[in-house]
Amino acid sequence: MLALHGLRKTFHARTPNEVRALDGVSLRLADGEFATVIGTNGSGKSTLLNAVAGTFLCDEGRIELDGAEMGRWPEHKRAALVGRVFQNPLGGTAPQMTIAENMALASRRGLSRGLAPALTKALRAEIAERVATLRMNLESRLDTPIGTLSGGQRQALTLLMATWLRPRLLLLDEHTAALDPKSADQIVRITAEIVARDRLTTLMVTHSMQQASQLGTRILMMHRGRLAHDLSGDERARTRPDDLLARFDALRRRDQMDEGVAAMLRRQHV
Amino acid sequence: MTLLVGALTIGLALALLALGVYLAFRVLDFPDITPDGSITLGAAVSAQLVVSGWNPALATCAGFLAGCVAGAITGLLHTRLAINGLLSGILVMTALYSVNLHVMGRSNIPLLGARTVPDQLAELLAPLTGRDDLDVLGWRVPAHDAAVLLGFLGLSIATAIALLWFLRTRRGTAMRASGGNAGMMRALGVDVDRQIVLGLALANGLAATAGALLAQYQGFADVQMGIGMVVWGLASVIIGEALVGGASLGMLLAGALMGSVLFRLMVAIALRFGLDPNDLKIVTATFVLLALVAPRWMRSWKAARGAKGAG
Repeated sequence: MLALHGLRKTFHARTPNEVRALDGVSLRLADGEFATVIGTNGSGKSTLLNAVAGTFLCDEGRIELDGAEMGRWPEHKRAALVGRVFQNPLGGTAPQMTIAENMALASRRGLSRGLAPALTKALRAEIAERVATLRMNLESRLDTPIGTLSGGQRQALTLLMATWLRPRLLLLDEHTAALDPKSADQIVRITAEIVARDRLTTLMVTHSMQQASQLGTRILMMHRGRLAHDLSGDERARTRPDDLLARFDALRRRDQMDEGVAAMLRRQHV
Repeated sequence: MTLLVGALTIGLALALLALGVYLAFRVLDFPDITPDGSITLGAAVSAQLVVSGWNPALATCAGFLAGCVAGAITGLLHTRLAINGLLSGILVMTALYSVNLHVMGRSNIPLLGARTVPDQLAELLAPLTGRDDLDVLGWRVPAHDAAVLLGFLGLSIATAIALLWFLRTRRGTAMRASGGNAGMMRALGVDVDRQIVLGLALANGLAATAGALLAQYQGFADVQMGIGMVVWGLASVIIGEALVGGASLGMLLAGALMGSVLFRLMVAIALRFGLDPNDLKIVTATFVLLALVAPRWMRSWKAARGAKGAG
């Protein structure tokens, strides 16, 4: 179970560029729960994911995963519990290394890496078997440098790498945003398969209302560094992309009104 | 012929430097110029120990360790104190100049008469080469020189194989990937900073070993001997890459080794035919510069020609 308690993060504090990226986010994600995170640009949805992953340390708040308080752990230590897929298809794999070598690296996520050979016959066989589940015909190309593959293929392999050892938490950061529509659909399908098969606790940031309403069991909508809506259960089941857009419009109107009211008050009193 | 054998032997000693430069520049993607200082450090430490009666093989190992420490310091400056990689190398290299003078106690240590690694190798390989002059394709080569050449060949090949083995272990693959994609390796639970420190330590250990072997072969250690050596190693790596193409890791390491020998050979020939030794560094630097920009010129030239052909 993932529990976030009052996470706050301000970037460029005490400068003109100060950004309050996370403004008190608390959240509980039960085991096996699959939540999608949506929000406007700059709403803090990717920041939330990076805070959990440990890309930076939060100013305030606690991050608990299965009872372990990991809010102060460095990124590489959290990786023992957390699997990640990045938005950039180039981000999750080492381009000059082969498919097999990349998978071998992932097979030791969070474990010690001694002086044993990285690739053994047994591991190669297992890699071929798991890569075959992607149905992309990559199992016959294990010795190809991964940099020569398409973005979709690389994202699929990154998904496999992030989940090779079952993570306590899977973080997906707009992992289909940089792909063409066909590849994006394919990655969505593979994501749904893997998460369902391993019953993974998952937090997925997406910009697509379609994906948000199609995938997962819960929708979190972020706005200005806070959780604006948290839809689960029946409410989540009834939600359509249009409903989400309507909620976005409501948030935006409220913003404009806030500013409009402030301007009006200034005119009247100053 | 003596000239040729000498060039080959020095090329093989400097092959260790080329492997170190390959590790830093290509595997870690870190522009480390510490070797300009650490190669002299290895020479200084081993020469001082050899003169004071240490076993030369042990003295060379001590040189390796000293180089490792220098490389680790560069890595720590970069990772712990967030100093630019190039600047970290410059700082350590500059500081090493004083360290080397202190280690040596003066600017030059002659090793004439001392027992050195080449002597050990010659004794070891005497059963193979005999005691008399050898006849190689009509050239007379002293048995001692041939044995040293064979010994250095064995040493550099063994080092390349050991490095290849290491880079294929779990730890070694993690190091390679850290150089290619640090963010990914953090997400896979690897402390990337540690990989950089470890890799630079190893790279400079190799450079220092090259310095130790070079000093013992040429019979002296000199505080100036490291100047321009990173560019030299880079030239070897680039020649090696041209020789083997964009091939596998093993081929690239073999390429660095061959590149070092070939480059030393080219330099020996150029010197033989009248190149002023004072111009050696500018020629080397120009060579590396050309090797770096030529591929880009070739591409734009080909693109321009292709456009003309289409139009």
